[in-house]
Amino acid sequence: MSNTKSKIPFQGTPEQEAQLLQVISEHREQKGALMPILQKAQDIYGYLPIEVQEIIAKQLDMPLEEVYGVVTFYSQFSLNPKGQYKISVCLGTACYVKGAGDIYDRLSKTLGIKGGECTPDGKFSLEACRCIGACGLAPVITVNDDVYGRLSADDVDDVLAKYSEK
Amino acid sequence: MFRSHVLVCGGTGCTSSGSEAILSALQAELGKKGLTEEVKVIKTGCFGLCALGPIMIVYPEGSFYSMVKPEDIPEIVEEHLLKGRIVKRLLYQETVEGDDVKSLNETQFYKKQLRVALRNCGVINPENIDEYIAFEGYEALGKCLTEYTPDQVIQIVKDSGLRGRGGGGFPTGVKWSLARANDADQKYVCCNADEGDPGAFMDRSILEGDPHALIEAMAIAGYAIGATQGYIYVRAEYPIAVKRLEIAIGQARDYGLLGKNIFDSGFDFDLDIRLGAGAFVCGEETALMTSIEGHRGEPRPRPPFPAQKGLFGKPTILNNVETYANIPQIILKGADWFASMGTEKSKGTKVFALGGKIHNTGLVEIPMGTTLREIVEEIGGGIPNGKKFKAAQTGGPSGGCIPASLIDTPIDYDNLIKIGSMMGSGGLIVMDEDTCMVDIAKFFLEFTVDESCGKCTPCRIGTKRLLELLTKITHGQGEMEDIDRLEELCYYIKENSLCGLGQTAPNPVLSTLRYFRNEYEAHINEKKCPAGVCKSLLSFEILPEKCKGCTLCAKICPAGAITGTVKQPHVIDKAKCVKCGACIEKCRFGAIVKK
Repeated sequence: MSNTKSKIPFQGTPEQEAQLLQVISEHREQKGALMPILQKAQDIYGYLPIEVQEIIAKQLDMPLEEVYGVVTFYSQFSLNPKGQYKISVCLGTACYVKGAGDIYDRLSKTLGIKGGECTPDGKFSLEACRCIGACGLAPVITVNDDVYGRLSADDVDDVLAKYSEK
Repeated sequence: MFRSHVLVCGGTGCTSSGSEAILSALQAELGKKGLTEEVKVIKTGCFGLCALGPIMIVYPEGSFYSMVKPEDIPEIVEEHLLKGRIVKRLLYQETVEGDDVKSLNETQFYKKQLRVALRNCGVINPENIDEYIAFEGYEALGKCLTEYTPDQVIQIVKDSGLRGRGGGGFPTGVKWSLARANDADQKYVCCNADEGDPGAFMDRSILEGDPHALIEAMAIAGYAIGATQGYIYVRAEYPIAVKRLEIAIGQARDYGLLGKNIFDSGFDFDLDIRLGAGAFVCGEETALMTSIEGHRGEPRPRPPFPAQKGLFGKPTILNNVETYANIPQIILKGADWFASMGTEKSKGTKVFALGGKIHNTGLVEIPMGTTLREIVEEIGGGIPNGKKFKAAQTGGPSGGCIPASLIDTPIDYDNLIKIGSMMGSGGLIVMDEDTCMVDIAKFFLEFTVDESCGKCTPCRIGTKRLLELLTKITHGQGEMEDIDRLEELCYYIKENSLCGLGQTAPNPVLSTLRYFRNEYEAHINEKKCPAGVCKSLLSFEILPEKCKGCTLCAKICPAGAITGTVKQPHVIDKAKCVKCGACIEKCRFGAIVKK
C-alpha cells in the first residue's frame, strides 16, 4: 500500500462522524476492537485519512501511532481515497501464468497511473490484488463488484470504455 | 414435494462467470411456465469444475449443464423441465456418449475424486441449516457431547491420523491434547480461514459451500480442549464466505447448537468472526492471533506455543478450515474409516485447487497418495493447446516445483518435502513449456518481499536481496557467481528467519535451481530465456521466407519498429522494438518469431 499522506483534503461530514462514533461505542468493550472499528470506518469514509484515525485514537484512548501502525500494516486499509471505479487486477499465480501482468501494465499505461493511485478526475483507481479465487476464469480483473475473466491485454480498452461513459 | 431439483452453483468462480443471472432467469422462466410448485431451484456451493462455469445440475436425472447462458434457460425449462427431454447440446460434453448420458461420477474429472471435506459442497444449500442437518449435520457434535469424554474425542482424532491441512501437516490430535493438558480459566479455539496463498481457494469453497461443517467441528474442538469461545479469522476478500458464515452462525444459535448448554450437556460454546485485512503473514499462527487481538499482525518467537500461551495469553488451538471440515465425518464414521484412506503417514484426502495451464481448472479432492500424473492428465484433462507439461507448483510462495521427471510421485506430505516442495494449503498450479522457471521464482519472491512483515532482518532484507539477484538474471546481467550467492543466501534465510513465512520464502528459488538449473544458466551464459518470457532477453524477428508482406504487423506495431513495402518481406528494427508481442498475435502466417 501507499503510505503517503493523501493530498486530497479531508471532506468528512458530521453524519459520517456520528456513524463512526456509533460504531466505536458498539465495539468499545470487545477484545481486540481496533481492527473491526477500522474496517467499518473505511466502509463509512471509503478510506482512512489521518483525521479519522485521530478520532478513533482519541475515542479508544490509544496513541495515534498505534492506530497508524495497524492501518499501514494491512494492505486492505487505504490512506488515499479510491476512484469511483476501483480496478483490481488479480496477480495470483494462476492469473499470472496466464498473462495478468500484461493486463496490469496495459491498464497502468492507458490510465496513466501506478498501482495504488487514482486518476486526477477521481474516476478510476488501479491496484494489484491477491488471488480472488476465480482461478477458473484466469486472468481476472474486477471493477468495483463486476468481474471480468479470460481477458487479454487487448480487451482492456473495451472494459474501460464501459465505465468512461458513465 | 418437488418433482425436479435444479442446483445452480453459487461459488465464487460461477458467480464471477454469471450464475446470478442464470438464477434469476430460471426463476422468471419457471414462473412464466407455472412450474414454481414443481421445480425447486437451489443455490449451492462450489461443484469444483470452475472452468466450465456457470454450472447447473438437474435432478433426478443428474444432467450436468455447463457454461450456461441466460438465453439457454427458456430452452432448458421448456424442453427438459416441462417435457422431460434433456438438452444434450448444452450438457457438459464429456457426459454425452452417443445417445447416452453418463453420470457425472464417471467423467474423468470426478472419477478419481473422493469427497470428504467437500462432501456437501455443491449438494446442499449452504444458507439453510436444515439441509445440513438432513445430511447428518450436528450428529457428530451430539455424539461427542453425549457419548464421549473430551479425552475420547481427542483419541479418535489422534487415531484417525489427521494432519493439519494448512500446510505444516502437524498431527491434529496431538495439537488438541497439548492444549487440553494446560489448565486455564479460559481457552480458545481458532480457525485459520485467511487463505492467502495465491492460487488456492479450497478453504473458500468449504466456507461458501458448507459453513456448518466448520461450526460443528469447532464446537467439537472446543469440547475436546475445554474452550467456550472460538474465533474464525477469515479474509475480508471473501465476501460471499463471510456472509454465509454469518448466516450459519445465526442459524446455529437459533437452534441452540451454539450458545449455552448445547444438547443439554452443560457445554457452552460460541463463535465470532474476525476479518483479516490483507496480510499474508497473518496465516502464520502467532501473527494471526496478534491480529485478532487488534495489533499489527507480526509473528512472535515460539515457545511459548499457542497451546500454552496463545490468543490473549490463553491456551489456544488453531486449525485450518479443511482440517476442521474432516472432523465431523471422522467422529461419525470412526478413526479406522479415515485411516483406511491415503498413505502410511498421510491419511485421508486432500483438496487441491487446480489452476494454471490445464483444461479442468477447479477444485479436486483426492485420496493422499494419488500421483501427480493422475491429477494432471486424468482429472485435469491435460494441458491445453497441445503443449507439454513442464512442472507443477505446490505450496504457493512457500513451496516448490515438481518437474515432469517426477510426475509419478504419489502426493503426500512426506514425499513432497522429500522432493523439495511442500503440501502447503493445496494450490496446484500447472505450468507448460511457455513458463520460465526463473521468472516464476521471481514472481514468488516479489510476493514475499511485499508480504514480509519486516520484523526480522533475514526475511526483510534477505528476500529483497534474493529478488534483486533474480531480477539481475532475468535482465540478462547475471553472472555464474550469482547462482552461488542465491543458494548461500537461501540457506541463510531459511535457518534464521523468525516465522514460517521467512523460513520457507527461499523454497521457490531452491527448487527451481534444483530442477531447472539449466534455465538459470541459459539466462546467464547465453543471455537467453528458453521459454521466451523474460522480455529483456527476447528479440523479435520476421522470417523472410514466410512473410507475405501484408503490412498488418507494421500497422499494429506501437513503436513503429516494423518497416517494409507491400508484398515484400518486412523487417523489425531491434533498437525500436519494445517487445510487446502485438505483431506475433496479429501475423496470420506465423512469420514472426521471438528468440
